[in-house]
Amino acid sequence: MTPVLSVNALGKRYRGRSTGPRDALRDVSFQLEQGERVALIGPNGAGKTTLLSIIAGVLQPSAGSVSGRGDGQGVGWGVGWVPQSPALYSKLSVSENLELFARLERVADPRAAVASMIEQTGLRARADERVGRLSGGNRQRVNVALGLLAQPPVLALDEPSAALDPDQRERLWELLAARAAAGTSILFSTHNVSEAQRHARRVLVLADGRLLFDGAPSQLLSRGGEGGEGDLERALVRFLRERAGA
Amino acid sequence: MTSLLRKDLLILRRSRLLVGVLVVYPLAIALLIGFAISRSPARPRVAIVDETAPGETIKLGTQRVPVGRYAQQLFSQVQSVPVSTRAQAVAKVSSGAVAAAVVIPPDIVARLSSDIEQAQLEVLYNGDALEQSLVRSQLDSALAQANLGFSEQIQKAAGTALRTLLKGGDLGAVGIPENLIGLDRIPATLGAIIDRLPHGSERGELERVDAFAGFAAQNLALAQRVLSTISQPIRVKSVLLHGRRTPLDTFAVVVAASVSLMFVCVLLAAGGVALEREENALARLIRAPLVSPAALLAEKALLAAACAIVLAFAMLAGIGAFVALDWSRVGLWLVALAFAALTFAALGLAIGALAREVRAASLLAFLTTLPLALLALVPSGSVSGGFYDVIGAISFVFPFKAALQALDTAVNRASPALGLSLLHLAVLALVLGALARAGLRRVE
Repeated sequence: MTPVLSVNALGKRYRGRSTGPRDALRDVSFQLEQGERVALIGPNGAGKTTLLSIIAGVLQPSAGSVSGRGDGQGVGWGVGWVPQSPALYSKLSVSENLELFARLERVADPRAAVASMIEQTGLRARADERVGRLSGGNRQRVNVALGLLAQPPVLALDEPSAALDPDQRERLWELLAARAAAGTSILFSTHNVSEAQRHARRVLVLADGRLLFDGAPSQLLSRGGEGGEGDLERALVRFLRERAGA
Repeated sequence: MTSLLRKDLLILRRSRLLVGVLVVYPLAIALLIGFAISRSPARPRVAIVDETAPGETIKLGTQRVPVGRYAQQLFSQVQSVPVSTRAQAVAKVSSGAVAAAVVIPPDIVARLSSDIEQAQLEVLYNGDALEQSLVRSQLDSALAQANLGFSEQIQKAAGTALRTLLKGGDLGAVGIPENLIGLDRIPATLGAIIDRLPHGSERGELERVDAFAGFAAQNLALAQRVLSTISQPIRVKSVLLHGRRTPLDTFAVVVAASVSLMFVCVLLAAGGVALEREENALARLIRAPLVSPAALLAEKALLAAACAIVLAFAMLAGIGAFVALDWSRVGLWLVALAFAALTFAALGLAIGALAREVRAASLLAFLTTLPLALLALVPSGSVSGGFYDVIGAISFVFPFKAALQALDTAVNRASPALGLSLLHLAVLALVLGALARAGLRRVE
């Protein structure tokens, strides 16, 4: 199958004023197939947000490249992006925010796309409400809706469920599962490893800017010394400790 | 860009408090500055105690100059508060009812008439160092004006006496013969007598007296001119080297409009860019195919400039109802306003790109613009040369002074040439725009 996204030997170096240069990503390579749901996990500072930001076209890589269906239309084009903090105008209503970005992202029929997205994300009752007055969960739903507006082949989500309550989380994963079933490839980062175990077919383990593991959750379980129904979080911790000791 | 513009206008419309502040605050500041510039300092309230006897005069030749004239000269220079005694004057100064008191002592006539002692006034001050300095400076100027006026009276009396000595007549003083011949007429009279005398020793003596009388008459005529020179040794002739002399009130209008333009532009542009960061929207916007960083900055600059031009033009038009402005130059006003507004907007963009929040951007905008505007208004000669050079350098790299010059030229035909100011503004806009562009890179 042709990958919808290829990440090739990606590197990112930050030039710190006091600490000197720091490599946030080193030689990271992987591919994303159509309709795949992939979780990006790892400790704090592993480089997850940096990797997603480069894929979304917000950051420029220091080395390597990202290629996919949006090639020739600019970096990040063809990738829907859902940042960790909602990127929304609090003085605009839900529908005004969606319509603005639909126009900016050259969606063919902005009004129809907005109506469809409001329906899919269950925001119809809140469509005319200003974003500044919404709860954190509803704001995150608008944030996700913005990422999906242009019907991108790839959706990159940074900690999408962090601000949500259990019910909202379930609705979010249902929405993402439906999008994946429709062919959208989904790459999300999370600190909640059990979420990765439940909702991803594949996990990428990132630590200190390096991609240490790329495989199914069951493979990570066995690498971490856990059985088939074991705890993925415990397996991940054990795996990272072993790698650190190696 | 249209979508972004529509979005920003919608946000502005929903930020009524911000819009209110953006309109009212610069107007208030501009009117205050304009009012302060166009009004000359108020005359100080000064208590004046005249201890001389009523109607007392100084006798100069045939004329008597009333001492009360000096007090009148002083009254016209200050807001005078007449009091009867020195004690009352001290009480008024101590209570702060007056800024100072001037005591004209009873012996002033005796001293002026003595030709030996200088007449002396007593001045009583109060207040802190700054107040003393201001009042003293104003009072010194008032006293100098009064002295000048009084010395003109004395000079006039002395001139009349000199003219009588020269041309002849009646001095009117006790002990001096009436109907004096006058030095001017002595050489002719003596010459006629000498012509009738035979050559000899008496004729030689008379010829010496005749020569002296002629010399004295010439020099006495000169003394009259010297007297007027002493009363005002230097006259000032003002020459404007270039441009047109701008009346203070129309310059104040230009200052007020420039200040309004600057505040609205800088605050709107800085706030607009900072808001994108604060709402985390900047990264999402810049990755959208329709919004390049340059387009985003251009949209913010155009919006800020358009709002500010409307406000500043309305202000000019409003004030124009009270102050005579040349409406035939309205096209040039708009050109100057447009250049100035876009440059101020570029400064705002640079500030907004550096700040992460709207509040920080607004604070930074105020901290940057207010002192710059005040520095640009410092006139040369009011501070030391080195400090003025520093002020000049700072004013050169920030847009306020160039904007003020452009608008002053457009509205008042002042110099330097409008093209030069517009070029200066254009260069500053490009530099500041590049700084803003570099500031935005932090999210790319």
